[in-house]
Amino acid sequence: MADTGTALGAPAERREGRDKVTGSARYAAEQTDPGRAHAWPVVAGIARGTVRTVDAEAALALPGVLSVLTHENAPRLAPADDPTLSVLQDPRVPHRGWFVALVVGETLEAARAGAAAVRVAYDVEEHDVTLTDDHPEAYAPEEANGGFPARREQGDPEGAFASAEVRVDSHYRVPPLHNHPMEPHAATARWDGDRLVVHDSSQGATTVRATLASLFELSEDDVTVISEHVGGGFGSKGTPRPHVVLAVMAARETGRPVTVALPRRFLPAVVGHRAPTLHRLRLGATADGTLTSTLHEVTTHTSRIKEFVEQAAVPSRIMYAAPHRLSSHRVVPLDVPSPSWMRAPGEAPGMYVLESAMDELAVAAGLDPVELRILNEPDTEPDSGKPFSSRHLVDCLREGARRFDWAARDPRPGIRAEGPLLVGTGVASATYPVMASPAQAEAHATPDGGFVVRINATDIGTGARTVLAQVAADALGVPLDRVRTDIGNSDLPSAPLAGGSSGTASWGWAVHEACTRLASTLAEHSGPLPSEGLRAHADTAGTADADNPYARHAFGAHFAEVTVDTVTGEVRVRRLLGVYAAGHILNARTARSQFIGAMTMGLGMALTESSTMDAASGDFVERDLAAYHVPAHADVPDIEAHWIDEDDPHLNPMGSKGIGEIGIVGTAAAIGNAVHHATGVRHRELPLTPDRVLAGL
Amino acid sequence: MKPLAYARAGSVEEAAELYAAHPGARYLGGGTNLVDLMKLGVEEPSTLVDVSRLPLDTVEELPDGSVRIGATVRNSDLAAHPTVRDRYPALSQALLAGASGQLRNAATTGGNLLQRTRCPYFQDTDKPCNKRAPGSGCGALDGVHRDHAVLGHSPQCIATHPSDMAVALAALDAAVELHGADGPRTVPVAEFHRLPGDHPEQDTVIRPGELITGVVLPGATAGLPSLYRKARDRASYAFALASVAAVLDVEGGVVRQVGLAFGGVAHRPWRARLAEEALLGAAPTTAAFERAADLELAAARPLRDNGYKVRLARNLAVDALRRLAPPTST
Repeated sequence: MADTGTALGAPAERREGRDKVTGSARYAAEQTDPGRAHAWPVVAGIARGTVRTVDAEAALALPGVLSVLTHENAPRLAPADDPTLSVLQDPRVPHRGWFVALVVGETLEAARAGAAAVRVAYDVEEHDVTLTDDHPEAYAPEEANGGFPARREQGDPEGAFASAEVRVDSHYRVPPLHNHPMEPHAATARWDGDRLVVHDSSQGATTVRATLASLFELSEDDVTVISEHVGGGFGSKGTPRPHVVLAVMAARETGRPVTVALPRRFLPAVVGHRAPTLHRLRLGATADGTLTSTLHEVTTHTSRIKEFVEQAAVPSRIMYAAPHRLSSHRVVPLDVPSPSWMRAPGEAPGMYVLESAMDELAVAAGLDPVELRILNEPDTEPDSGKPFSSRHLVDCLREGARRFDWAARDPRPGIRAEGPLLVGTGVASATYPVMASPAQAEAHATPDGGFVVRINATDIGTGARTVLAQVAADALGVPLDRVRTDIGNSDLPSAPLAGGSSGTASWGWAVHEACTRLASTLAEHSGPLPSEGLRAHADTAGTADADNPYARHAFGAHFAEVTVDTVTGEVRVRRLLGVYAAGHILNARTARSQFIGAMTMGLGMALTESSTMDAASGDFVERDLAAYHVPAHADVPDIEAHWIDEDDPHLNPMGSKGIGEIGIVGTAAAIGNAVHHATGVRHRELPLTPDRVLAGL
Repeated sequence: MKPLAYARAGSVEEAAELYAAHPGARYLGGGTNLVDLMKLGVEEPSTLVDVSRLPLDTVEELPDGSVRIGATVRNSDLAAHPTVRDRYPALSQALLAGASGQLRNAATTGGNLLQRTRCPYFQDTDKPCNKRAPGSGCGALDGVHRDHAVLGHSPQCIATHPSDMAVALAALDAAVELHGADGPRTVPVAEFHRLPGDHPEQDTVIRPGELITGVVLPGATAGLPSLYRKARDRASYAFALASVAAVLDVEGGVVRQVGLAFGGVAHRPWRARLAEEALLGAAPTTAAFERAADLELAAARPLRDNGYKVRLARNLAVDALRRLAPPTST
């Protein structure tokens, strides 16, 4: 078979593309089960306190209203590992926007009208939603998100900083950010007797099944969760969110299939956000730019019900070879919604700050910012001392510099005017860890010569369905069009979520193993296949999660060119270029899409996106896509993603590293550094909106 | 579900009758703002009187040199109209600077003028807002108000009017044609929207039941150099942090005619009369433009977090006037 073994890496088109653009792909809210009802939540109008009474009389009197669930009558749940899922269990209001009732109606309109008619009375308490560096309730947590120790200190960072010849000591602020996937969170639940079937917009149906089984005290065998098509998540659908619990409750209460489709304006309070981070970053170096000390101290917030600590100081443990290092996190519990994962939690804000400070150091030391980074390239991972399985940051910087024509850059800031515009360029490094989790998969050879791969992977718009078919075709040695991939259903062999840039590695590993086994079985088989075909199964527990002696990370470099309008303070990006070293790229088309999508999100982080906490109400103010400014097409310029193919034997059978998140890491720093190069003004608070930029001109 | 009646009007007179016959009615144009507000619970009309198909969908050149725009002409059609593009470029530019392509395809001329503020406190029925619920207070005054007014606001309301189109119309001396129970009347666009004062719930001077039938662009500003410039947080689909529409006619080295209006800084398009007076008859120099802008903006009362708008508006005005002035004069 001459055309085998070439599927991996090819720019295969996404398999569900036609269904999506023609509208035939059904999402979680579009499951039109017969008799389906709709539910609309009532959210808390106070930031802290308790519900005294919920008066549902007027709502229940409205035509089409079926039921009003409150903490007094909603089904009791078993204790939840994630407190944000314990909805309608008690009268406590931990933050504004918390669910206090759910109205079920025959139609969406009836449910919405019912929700508007519910009267909630509260006992209101004073609230505090304002994060400050010196907040009296700040404490040092044990761990930050991802299981990282909250504090690491090696050598004598304070002493080395104090005696450094060149010093940078800067405070930065990254505002709260929201994921805002195109498809808001939604679920449709129905009970078939004691069996529960749920369509959920989720990044991982296996966890949703386990969670629902636990909360409703069911056997996992009696729960099916389907996440066939998901319109983005960026972490906000990484674990179950409360809407799916509400849908199941409402279905149980009414005996009807029920859809809960959260309106976008509810999302900011209930599906997580990137917590604001206050940074102090100090870099000490010798006169020639060799780092001697890095100190990255982060203060962030969490809610009163859940500790989530954005691990923003972690990147400095990986990036540069300073012998003396401190990285630490403090967290303040406030009466705010619970923060959670948003694309590259930790790395996105942390690398914005580290890479901005590196630019400050380059200016202070009179060095080219590309060369400064290369000068401080470590031999081993600074924090662990482990060797890198592969690290091609320097190659990314060099290749990016070549493509961007960095050599022609005049380093002097504020000197390139084109009429009222100032022009500048900037660079920043990127990194993201390599992760993988155990998964199960089944490969099935059918008598008609086809193959079916079954695994509960999730395609959140990344092309997972397509890439897994490529992995399978490659391992089986068959053409890509002979392989079908069944994913997005918890009845399939269980698999981890699409998150941590680890989905393809985790699922692909199991698919590869199952298909390799099936290929062996087929090789030994003679004659026609039995009518049921042949099957092989794989479980990568103990393999995918085995300890590894190597430090494994993807690296990259971002280059940006911006214009700053001196009349308005508007910053616009002219060129954005990313070069990545992320193992083997498994699908050139979908990989490019992920890279440039994440770079665009980084552009938004740099220039347009932020959520503003209204201190009086405890509410995020931006609650629709008119107010929360994700970049529009007109903001996204000439954008390019390239990669350096790495041959790293220490990863997984495909030799891949994750690519879903690295594109957002460092992008904001490259843009901010370009703004400094354009104007000579260093901004240390995002986003770089006209009000801030104009003030500096 | 909240019951809602819908009636499509075939004529202006029928629209007025339907409105009068249905207490709590609202006229429906493109629906790009009203329907959103209904979903948010901010607007709760008993009846929608659909005026979007009234025979008011043409742009006519009148014998006196003016141009009459029907109230139901869509924003995208108006922006692309050759007469508008050629003779009133600021209007075409303002329309194209607003909203998104899809919204412009739906939004009407009349509806654009009557759109409500996008103040987040106005749009959230759980928050205090004197415009939405008179007497409930203003959440933005001490809250989040980076996008809010610096001119003409009151302790009751600091909202801005969001229209780009209206700013260009104000600078171009356009007038709104209204039809009401007392018959037709005409109001200059620059006086059509109100300042909030003690009654921020009233956006405009329109009377109950009155219908916008058209907008007239005068012959006097036709063909004059004009432009619209908008500063915003992202390159498309964002409301103005501040904007300016400018019309400038220079003859014999002096300003013969000038129209200047700011957007995004007040409860209405802010016609800069003081600046205009200062410029009339003056040489069109950068120094004169700066003085004029400063004169106008001396009345600005910025809030805690929106002081940048004063400088932004000044820069925009000076820049726009410089662009319009003959190349040798500045």
